[in-house]
Amino acid sequence: MQKTVSLTVNGKPVSATVEGRTLLVQLLRETLGLTGTHVGCDTSQCGACVVHVDGEAVKSCTLLAVQAEGRTVKTIEDVADGDTLHPMQEAFRDNHALQCGFCTPGMIMSALDLVKNNPDPSDREIREYLEGNFCRCTGYHNIVLAIKAGAAAMRGAKVAAE
Amino acid sequence: MYEFNYHKPASLADAAKLLAGEEAKLVAGGMTLVPTLKQRLAKPSDLVDLAAIGGLKGIKEEGGGLTIGAMTRHVEVQRSADVKRVIPALAALAGMIGDPAVRNRGTIGGSVSNNDPAADYPAALVGLGATVVTTKREIGAEQFFTGMFETALGQDEIVTAIKFPKPQAAAYQKFKNPASRYAIVGVFVARTAGGVRVAVTGAGPCVFRVPAMEAALGKSFSADAIKDITVPDSGLNSDIHASAEYRAHLVNVMARRAVAACA
Amino acid sequence: MTEIGTPVRRREDYRFLTGQGTYTDDINRPGQLYTYILRSPHANARISGIDASGAAKAAGVAAIYTGKDLADAGVGGLPCGWQVHSKDGSPMLEPPHPVLAVDRVRHVGDPVAVVIADTLGHARDASELVKVNYATEPAVTNASEALKPGAPLVFPEVPGNVCYDWALGDLGAVDAALRSAARVVKLDLTNNRLVPNAMEPRAAIGDFDRATGEHTLYTTSQNPHVIRLLMGAFVLHIPEAKLRVVAPDVGGGFGSKIYHYAEEAIVTWAAAKLKKPVKWTAERVESFMSDAHGRDHATHVELGLDAQNKFVALKVSTIANMGAYLSTFATCIPTYLYGTLLAGTYTTPVIYVETKAVFTNTVPVDAYRGAGRPEATFLLERIVDLAADELGVDPAELRRKNFIPADAFPYQTPVALQYDSGDYFSTLDLATKAADYAGFEARRADAARRGKLRGIGIATYIEACGIAPSAVVGSLGARAGLFEAAAVRVHPTGSVTILTGSHSHGQGHETTFAQLVADGLGIPMESIEIVHGDSAKIPYGMGTYGSRSLAVGGTAIIKAMDKIIAKGKKIAAHLLEAAEADIEFKDGNFSVAGTDRSKSFGEIALTAYVPHNFPHEELEPGLDETAFYDPKNFTFPSGAYVAEVEIDPDTGTLEICSFNASDDFGRIINPMIVAGQVHGGLAQGIGQALLENCVYDKATGQLLTASYNDYAMPRADDLPHFALSTHATLCTHNPLGVKGCGEAGAIGAPAAISNAIVDALKPMGVRHVEMPATPEKLWRAIHQKAA
Repeated sequence: MQKTVSLTVNGKPVSATVEGRTLLVQLLRETLGLTGTHVGCDTSQCGACVVHVDGEAVKSCTLLAVQAEGRTVKTIEDVADGDTLHPMQEAFRDNHALQCGFCTPGMIMSALDLVKNNPDPSDREIREYLEGNFCRCTGYHNIVLAIKAGAAAMRGAKVAAE
Repeated sequence: MYEFNYHKPASLADAAKLLAGEEAKLVAGGMTLVPTLKQRLAKPSDLVDLAAIGGLKGIKEEGGGLTIGAMTRHVEVQRSADVKRVIPALAALAGMIGDPAVRNRGTIGGSVSNNDPAADYPAALVGLGATVVTTKREIGAEQFFTGMFETALGQDEIVTAIKFPKPQAAAYQKFKNPASRYAIVGVFVARTAGGVRVAVTGAGPCVFRVPAMEAALGKSFSADAIKDITVPDSGLNSDIHASAEYRAHLVNVMARRAVAACA
Repeated sequence: MTEIGTPVRRREDYRFLTGQGTYTDDINRPGQLYTYILRSPHANARISGIDASGAAKAAGVAAIYTGKDLADAGVGGLPCGWQVHSKDGSPMLEPPHPVLAVDRVRHVGDPVAVVIADTLGHARDASELVKVNYATEPAVTNASEALKPGAPLVFPEVPGNVCYDWALGDLGAVDAALRSAARVVKLDLTNNRLVPNAMEPRAAIGDFDRATGEHTLYTTSQNPHVIRLLMGAFVLHIPEAKLRVVAPDVGGGFGSKIYHYAEEAIVTWAAAKLKKPVKWTAERVESFMSDAHGRDHATHVELGLDAQNKFVALKVSTIANMGAYLSTFATCIPTYLYGTLLAGTYTTPVIYVETKAVFTNTVPVDAYRGAGRPEATFLLERIVDLAADELGVDPAELRRKNFIPADAFPYQTPVALQYDSGDYFSTLDLATKAADYAGFEARRADAARRGKLRGIGIATYIEACGIAPSAVVGSLGARAGLFEAAAVRVHPTGSVTILTGSHSHGQGHETTFAQLVADGLGIPMESIEIVHGDSAKIPYGMGTYGSRSLAVGGTAIIKAMDKIIAKGKKIAAHLLEAAEADIEFKDGNFSVAGTDRSKSFGEIALTAYVPHNFPHEELEPGLDETAFYDPKNFTFPSGAYVAEVEIDPDTGTLEICSFNASDDFGRIINPMIVAGQVHGGLAQGIGQALLENCVYDKATGQLLTASYNDYAMPRADDLPHFALSTHATLCTHNPLGVKGCGEAGAIGAPAAISNAIVDALKPMGVRHVEMPATPEKLWRAIHQKAA
């Protein structure tokens, strides 16, 4: 059954015809060409597909495209400010928190969700928050450092802005 | 995933009508259903999305306890100031479900209706003596959870809310499956006006109470009081992650820890 | 301008951080079709017929192919790249490995038919209409069981399921030494089967250009040229000149993306047949049942010691599970990458190892991070710890007593390898000091007061990296060379493109190699582009595995740069009217020794391409050089790891309190990247020790761990922060002095963790706990409950 779904993706209104069974991640990757969001498993565990829906981290492989009707979706492609990396992206780079890069978009979207709710997370809180994001390359060590550094940079940026 | 017809009704009555067909399924947060569909383990003709129906969300303090709308997400229960004040163990339990992105979508009504034998909420409902409110009736939690992935819900019956009475004290202890992070064993202990309740999830095919522990704790509410009370391992789940014998042992350990955490 | 030794931030990160990477599944070709592969649900069954007529009529279906279709079209089987010989001199038994099963399926996941349709949904829908008549037969998944008389035969032509029965070393000398030893310590252990689980599932797209007749395969590979060679020459019979293989950004490999897989041949073949691009992407469940698995050894080990606690002999007997077919490099893993490592860091004078490689009804087993070396290290470091325990001596001291002295290099081991350099005392000292090894008993006592069992464990390791000298591996049965190629293409304005046969799938070659080149040519990093992963661009390549990229691939770049500099000197000599012998090259300038006359690298480049004033009689214009480098020896990274754990006796739950790793990787180009490699290796090693286990149902041969619901991947909250240090002794036979760092963590960590566990459980008389040491296993060990 074909349905038309309308939503806002990375600040732009989009409309697409999808099947009921089309997943949000398929809409993003295949219809909209936003291939920064990845699929790493079939069981909603690995987190490579995490995007923000209405400002919250969501596994886009576990949401039907039709369920995103009217919602606002933000993907990794819209995190940097033009060519300038977001402080969290910069922290990932500076702390070598990525290797193959496949889990990275989901990690960053999850990290931003964490920091939104907990601006100064401890190591333990970061590790627990990443329960739904797998990385096979880094052993998480540098990801934890990066999220800490990214959170600090975001707090600094907020202070500077105020 | 097999193709299906997708519906997003605006009222419970419309939803119930759409559900009347045997092959229709409800979707709330979809955190269990969508993976199931992806693996082609279910083939619904119709998917009925509850997202557009008003009045199913929210946490209210009522009659000294909490009423939580079926479409209330785990993250909302986890972070709710009301839940933290009235039944802090329930907020803590919600924070142990799945992972943050799952908690941002998954709902209490969906979890309860699915009745996964390793899910966390059934332990809270039975442990607290909660009542499940549906479009047709109110059912006690123990009568609601009838078996593995089975509930008392009729085909066109929809969970609308859960009513939790406030306990004097309560705690949940979860021993996580290292792979799925579901409960290998989760024990919810509550001291209530009607006595102590001990509910176990993960260990068996369906959530169950441990009357021997409840009786012992009723006499003396201390971890030591149940130190020697074990559940028989016959009938418990046994898989590559934990044998029935180990699960039976963990029920005791988690129960003692939950009792200690109630203090 | 030296970049070497500097933690330069990675150049590849920007695209990955912004979602601009191009992984295979991100590529879409116009008009492409989608493939779903129907796989066997049975571990062992005869196929009596396949009826695809209904499926062929289903919506959107373009084609359905079975094994018979491929066989009829002359598609060959998947080859094995290494021939091992048995003790008796006979070659290994090498039954066919068809791209699609023809008359029999041999493991759950064995591909049976291919459904190609306009959408993936349609392909999968139609696949359910393909009727396969299976006659199931008993299966065997455990290699020891497969050796028993009467076990089901995976191939009727392979008696007893034995692929080969290989040995290395002097059995007579070892038996004699064990007989006269003051003590012989014995242990049976298994090395648990693992699934590599790169986060990017495998994917492949076949494309065919009707105008040129060129085939293109985009694939998730660690070595596109190897795929081109194997698939072109053995499977599809396409000449290299008509076959382009592209491995774009690849989301992790860990060995699993070395091999030539059926799906690569299927999409390439089908694209040519259908004249349309054909895409396949694995679902994770397919990854579990089609990516080559790792490890899966059952071993008996005996270590003899004299009265002074010196090791006098080591005897090892291993049963190695090959799975249902021989994967590309499967056969060399439990032999030449395993048995040859059994001297470890020790002076054990005589060693004998024998390995029976066994077919079973399981996914093929091949190299996974470490590949043979983790298995060797695990058994060696476990038996050494057990010896220390039996003797009542400190395990660190027993190791020091038996280490190869730092002044004994080059050191010839009794198992073929000659170590060129190393200093095992220094890394052990660093790791034990960082771990406060001396103060451990106080921490154990403190834990005991809290009701916890605390243990400390040491593991040292040696690995053979920089794979490999072609003549040596050729004499041992390799059917390929293991050199590496690189081209340095200098452009007229002095920027440089490096074409490397190494492939980066997380290792950061675009940064490390650029550092090498910036250093070697004295030009800024911004002027250097590293290109890899495309057989149409790169002269040749043997790819990335076995921690070989820097030692072999990096050296090839150095060798090509040497040629550039040599030619540059000739051009400079001409321009500067000096003798070539007087030209020095330093910091990007060609200068006449002892003068201030010089030409910059850019000026020389421009002269090479605008050769108005040029020594045409002795030189060709242009500045573009290729080098092939074949290493003289393996490299031998080594190190010492110290793990400290605490176990809750009530539940068996374990916490890693600290993990100290000290490694000798030779010269380090980018310490940030090296630390990242160690972290990742440690996580996989700890995963093996505590979490990961690939389990088959014994009765049915079903794969029980086919998703992340059942296969326990290490998560952030499973792992500690790691404390790292390094101590360098330089490799003596490559110009950089580098050794390789990619696998170390996965090699050393399992034994360090296991030794810490056994140390913690010493009060219960526990000698060994099999991996993964799950809470239930630990609880049973603590309470002496049989499983």
